[in-house]
Amino acid sequence: MMDDLFMLAALGVLLSVAGALIRAWRGPSRADRMMSAQLIGSGGVGMAVLIAAARSEPAMLDVALVLALLSAFAALAFVKTVTPAGAGDPEADEADAP
Amino acid sequence: MSHAFDLALCALILGAAVLAVTGRNVFGAIVFYVVYGVLLALAWLILGAVDVALAEAAIGAGVTGVLLIGAWQGLADAGGLEDEAPRPVFLRLAAVAGAGALGGLIALAVISLPGGDGLTLAVVDNQDRLELGNPVNAVLLGFRAYDTLLETLVLTAALAAVWSLTRTRVWGGVPGPGHVTRPDGVMASFGRLLPPAGLLVAVYLVWVGADAPGGAFQAGTVLAAVWILIVLSGLQDEPRLNSLPLRLMIIAGPAVFLGAGLAGAAAGAVMGYPDGHAKSVILVIEYALTLSIAATLALLIAGPARRAP
Amino acid sequence: MSVMETIIAALLALGVFFYFAGTIGLLRFPDTHSRLHALTKADNLGLGFIVIAAALHWGDGWIAAKLALVWVLALFAAGMAAQLVARAALKAEGRE
Repeated sequence: MMDDLFMLAALGVLLSVAGALIRAWRGPSRADRMMSAQLIGSGGVGMAVLIAAARSEPAMLDVALVLALLSAFAALAFVKTVTPAGAGDPEADEADAP
Repeated sequence: MSHAFDLALCALILGAAVLAVTGRNVFGAIVFYVVYGVLLALAWLILGAVDVALAEAAIGAGVTGVLLIGAWQGLADAGGLEDEAPRPVFLRLAAVAGAGALGGLIALAVISLPGGDGLTLAVVDNQDRLELGNPVNAVLLGFRAYDTLLETLVLTAALAAVWSLTRTRVWGGVPGPGHVTRPDGVMASFGRLLPPAGLLVAVYLVWVGADAPGGAFQAGTVLAAVWILIVLSGLQDEPRLNSLPLRLMIIAGPAVFLGAGLAGAAAGAVMGYPDGHAKSVILVIEYALTLSIAATLALLIAGPARRAP
Repeated sequence: MSVMETIIAALLALGVFFYFAGTIGLLRFPDTHSRLHALTKADNLGLGFIVIAAALHWGDGWIAAKLALVWVLALFAAGMAAQLVARAALKAEGRE
């Protein structure tokens, strides 16, 4: 009963992830595509938690932990691509950029 | 309900894979590939293969994204993204044929697997002799240790191949573009905040690896990600590639592993562990491998040296 | 269905609702910055409710702590990413 409930919720999150893929396809800007990757990453964390709960296997939570820890890495690399040679910080003003 | 989720996940994995291959927009293809990694990790989780799911989550969803975006940056800097001329038809057909043949061979191999539980029972019966609670690591570092040894050597060889692309002028120098960020900015703060949590998770993963899903590869990948994060956020530059401690770190894992294997050979069985001390030897190998895998993966992503030492 | 099960079901429904809100915002909002706004708020709340539901399901302190760590890490990541992606989108617009 409870495991079905958790899997139903996981299916719901999966469907919302499928919707986010449409934005990754359409863009138009690279930031839009990156955002949909972020949403899908956070959906992945949620689904991992739900699957672990449905199976009542705490070891599966480690997958959610690793996904959550690394979910921002691609975003960090992405935001650097708007700066020269991908080496800067989009927050730094042009004046004090090297 | 569980079947509905499985089917939807399969459909989405296939969809993400097709979009990653056929997409006209290179950056979009990278996003789909990262998404594909996240979904694949969930598929392994559904199959109950938590060790593989952990590795896929760390590699597919974390490190690969940074690597591919770095490649995109390189393409953009070299003007490769403006090249809109479609590839010749025969080249694309050849790629399709090659991928199809590889996929077919893998399908054939999967179909020809013996049914039933395969070697599961044999592993479960014998894993007590290694005193390891995690059957996956009993296979990786015990029963099929030579496979794992060769895999770690492949990683080292890949790093040597990347380094061989270095220009002579900067040999042994520093890789990467030299990241500079605003000192009190969000990026630098994030670079300070996340590494302690990352270190904790990595130590935890290698620690539980003996008895539960986890282990050297997963922990090494998380450590590599922490390394990359510190570099990207401009807190610390990449090390010089001719630094002796760095090179020792890269070969520590394979060297300890090989040493244990040769010591076993001297005692009678290549890659055999002494009775009663198997677990201690395996743990030492795992810890050394964790460091080496971390350094190797991080330096693979950093690429060849770009600045003189 | 016990009281606890009803509570967990309600939390899961809320969580899924916020994930959908995030997706609908990502698809329907008119420009990059408003889409970012929809995304960061919605998916953090969605994950938050799911994490609370899972913690109640196990009813174990250590597991709840691990789940809390998962959520806090996701919050940090989302906050950082939102700030920087917004800046990056501004820079990219200025250049084009």
